[in-house]
Amino acid sequence: MTIKTNTRVIPCLDVDEGRVVKGVNFVDLVDAGDPVELAARYDQQGADELVFLDITASSGDRDTIVELARRAAEEVFIPFTIGGGIRSVDDARRLLRAGADKTSVMTAAINRPELITEMAQEFGSQCVVVAIDARRSLGENGQPITASGYEVYTRGGRTPTGIDAVEWSSQAAELGAGEILLTSMDRDGTRDGFDLALTRAVTDAVAIPVIASGGVGTLDHLAEGVTEGGADAVLAASIFHFGEHTVAEAKQVMAAAGITVRPPDA
Amino acid sequence: MAVLDYGIGNLRSAQKSLERVGADARLTADAGLIRDADAVVLPGVGNFGRVAEAIRDAGLADPARDAAASGRPFLGICVGMQVMFDGSEESPDVAGLSILPGTVRLLPDTVKRPQMQWNTLTVKRASPMLAGLATNDEPPWVYFVHSYAVEDTAATIATCDYGVPLVAAVEHDNIFATQFHPEKSGRSGLRLLSNFVERAKKEDQ
Repeated sequence: MTIKTNTRVIPCLDVDEGRVVKGVNFVDLVDAGDPVELAARYDQQGADELVFLDITASSGDRDTIVELARRAAEEVFIPFTIGGGIRSVDDARRLLRAGADKTSVMTAAINRPELITEMAQEFGSQCVVVAIDARRSLGENGQPITASGYEVYTRGGRTPTGIDAVEWSSQAAELGAGEILLTSMDRDGTRDGFDLALTRAVTDAVAIPVIASGGVGTLDHLAEGVTEGGADAVLAASIFHFGEHTVAEAKQVMAAAGITVRPPDA
Repeated sequence: MAVLDYGIGNLRSAQKSLERVGADARLTADAGLIRDADAVVLPGVGNFGRVAEAIRDAGLADPARDAAASGRPFLGICVGMQVMFDGSEESPDVAGLSILPGTVRLLPDTVKRPQMQWNTLTVKRASPMLAGLATNDEPPWVYFVHSYAVEDTAATIATCDYGVPLVAAVEHDNIFATQFHPEKSGRSGLRLLSNFVERAKKEDQ
């Protein structure tokens, strides 16, 4: 028997050198580029969790993102995850000590899957999110490259790995991941909705929670990720950042679709 | 107010959330400061045995027991709550602090472990610590991350439903503890911490 957990709504902030990128458009923010100010706003709107993804190109400098974790811990009173550029147990430890609740790994875990186990043993699986960027991919003969038809990509969806995305999610769970953050690179930025077949394939393959990501353009898309994709949590960026929709509106639509969510004013 | 600093886990989040609700909260392992504090908080994340041993290694076991026995408000959070009991199935060879009687048990294998989600509280016994957490007739929603839970005892004041009822909060005289993370539970969590801070201020007068 598996108990369906209450669905989480997770705004995601892309951060470059400590500043939010992709822009935000809340009229009354003092500083629209400050990730902590935006994060506190999402907390007030009823977000269940937050993800900060560090996309800083010069990955040598870890101090800026650690400082972000420190400041977020002072202003944000819901769980938050930091991902991007984490290569070692020590990288994760610095972020968790600073105040992050979870850390997310992608490329480093593909290069050295034991890192997932090491992090889980050191901090507990609940601190270890494995992020997977996946695309439908076909070889030159027109046949899928991998068994599921989905391939893991790195470097923002630019570099194929030849690894089956569904198999990798199962392996990550076995190695000790506490959660999978699954992004469809085919849908990311399209506003066409989640890749529901991909989401369903992964949620059927693993027992750990799956966060669906990539492609949300409407609030109905968030609900579909749960009702059709089977996701435990839904992640979106732009529909929240530009003030089109609040987290509270997202939760109203999801509740109307029969999904149990924490009420935004709880 | 003293937040016990034994070097592992996310202690800073607890301190910062207490500051947010008006407490002068200090992360400390200094027995003198703990003795003089008007209230003591024992946060915790991770493995029972590692947390219990880290507390002993930091010389904090007796200061924690003394604080709890002194009548001053005492709050344990998550694994900080669990180590206040006698022991845990997670680490059978490591003793807890035995501030409260009882054992910590693995969640049944019929449920997904850990419970990692927001869930609602069912109040079993009214307490000023839980006052004002509910809004608009909704039960309080709080954030849980745990694979083990304290067994039901006379101290239980709230439970959550995770297929089975699990102990979510306990209270015995001045001693209070939550399995969930009030420092990560948004408005409801801050309200609970505010209730704790107000109680500490009142008893300090």
